[in-house]
Parts: sequence; C-alpha cells; structure tokens
Amino acid sequence: MRDEMLKDIISEENLVYKKTDLMTDNVLSYCPGCGHGTAHRIIMEVVDEMGLQEETIGIAPVGCSVLAYEFMNIDMQQAAHGRAPALATGIKKTWPEKFVFTYQGDGDLAAIGTAETLHACNRGENILIVFINNGIYGMTGGQMAPTTLSGMKTSTTPFGRDTALMGNPLKITELVAELPGTQFVTRQAVHTPAAVRKAKKAIKKSIELQRSGNSGTTFVEIVSNCNSGWKLPPVQANKWMVENMFPFYPLGDIKVNGELVK
Amino acid sequence: MAKVKGAVIVDTERCKGCEVCIDACPTDVLAMSKEVNSKGYHYSFMANPDACIGCANCAIVCPDGVITVYKKKLDQ
Repeated sequence: MRDEMLKDIISEENLVYKKTDLMTDNVLSYCPGCGHGTAHRIIMEVVDEMGLQEETIGIAPVGCSVLAYEFMNIDMQQAAHGRAPALATGIKKTWPEKFVFTYQGDGDLAAIGTAETLHACNRGENILIVFINNGIYGMTGGQMAPTTLSGMKTSTTPFGRDTALMGNPLKITELVAELPGTQFVTRQAVHTPAAVRKAKKAIKKSIELQRSGNSGTTFVEIVSNCNSGWKLPPVQANKWMVENMFPFYPLGDIKVNGELVK
Repeated sequence: MAKVKGAVIVDTERCKGCEVCIDACPTDVLAMSKEVNSKGYHYSFMANPDACIGCANCAIVCPDGVITVYKKKLDQ
C-alpha cells in the first residue's frame, strides 16, 4: 500500500526539486557536510534559472575548491593562488558581455590574494567575487587563517588564537565595502534552508547587477563551516558557526547600490 | 482539504552521511541507514515516509545535491 502510494508520488510531473544539470555528476571532493557543495549548487542554480550557462565564465581558486571546474558544468579557468580577481579582470575586459565570477576561500582571498582582491574591488571591476569564509585553511590541514576568530583553536594555534601574538582576525568584507569600486557587498550563509534561499537571492542580484552593465564589483561572502578543521560533526559545526562565527561575522547586506547599510 | 504528500529519493552512492538533511527536516522523515554505501558512508533514507510533505528543505541544504523531491496533492 505504502509502496504503491510512493510510486504514485514519484513521477516526473510531481517533481519539486532536483540537482541542477549545471552541477556535473562527479562526486564532490569535499568532506561530508561542507558548505562548499551547497555554495557551488546555488550559484549553478541561479545561472541555470537565468539561462546563462554559455555566457558564464568562472574562476576557480587554490584551496579546497581548487577542483570547482570539475563540478560546475560551465567554462572555468583555475587561477594561481589568490590571483582569481586579476584573472577575472582580464577575462571581463576581453569579453565584457560575459558573466564573470570568482569563487575563493578565505586563505586564497584574504591571505595571499589580499592585494588582488582589494585592487580589483577598488578599480570597480564589473565581476562577482564569491568568498567562502570558514576561518581556517581547510585543504592544508586546518591551520590558522587571517579570518580565524580570536581564541579559536586550529592546528597552528592549539591553545586558541592569541591576538596579542598572532594579530587580529580580518573582516575583509567590511574592508572592501569601504572601497568606492564596490556596488553590492553582502554576507550570507548556507547552513539552513532559509539561509540558502537568501544566499541564492544575493547571488541572483549580483548577476543581475553585472548583466545590467552597472559598473562596480559585487562581493558575496558566504560564512561556511569546516567540520574537519573545526573537529566537529557537521550538524554541531553548523551550530558552532551560529554561536561563534555569526557574532563576529554578522549576516546581512553591508553595501547596497554603492551606499553602506547603516 | 487536499492533503499534500511528498517523497524523496536519495542517491545513496553519492550521499556522505553528514546528517544536515535530518536536522533540516521539519517533520522528522529522514534518518541514517544502518547499511553503508560502497564508500562506507551511512546514507540518509525515508524512515517515516508518511510524514513527508515535500517541502524540499532537505534537498536545499544537502551539500552534495543527492536528494530529489516529489510532491503530490491528494484529493480526500
């Protein structure tokens, strides 16, 4: 009886949600529960919904998401460590009609790529920068990153980050919002269905701004978990993120239409 | 009132057993299987299919995109 009912429900006309075809069938190289997979998927869903598969060029970073081009079924180029905004600048200048985005982690964007990020944003390059912030170097084994919270334990700060000795965590999203070249800067997350929907809206808005020819960089930070680096199971890592990351990295729009949100 | 019934299909070979979908499900439909897939991960399955409302919350938060959701209105 139950099987019959399920058979009745499971048919093409009752489909509500299916992984977009713009994500390839390759198994993601990320740890179980990592926010990277969701972030990849929502970008591809927006590109799919807007019918921009052939108009999109993505830049993969160095870090956990170095193989992003294996998972996103669009044209992609992988940049040298931290240089994704520089590469995106070149691509956008060559094909101004294309939608160009970079996908970078915090080690790539906020450490080695700080100069490229700040200068691309300051020049106001008409590109989208997607910044995944999990406060740690995930790929290399969970070392301290510039975005690591004060007091947070990592493999290179086993007693917690001591800001007197190791410096302060870097809020690079607030930093780029101050630059005149950025037009839309926001911070989102992908740990709950509501957060995923909001993050998707932010990405959609960024694409629309870039397509409409408004000049200025759009910057979407996605605060994510790193359950392997944080040494927590995925669901607990998400809770830890809500309790510890969000107070320091509050979610919401930081700059809209070139004006800082007070 | 028409009743809404949902169903999900999990791609068990790609599921990594992170349990984020279980946390996101409002009606406690999903659970982890006792069996493992070829990679050794326990996978998510519909332990309580009668409660599914097809809201797609599980699929939206699934990092690996392994969940497909169906929904049908039943006339009763």
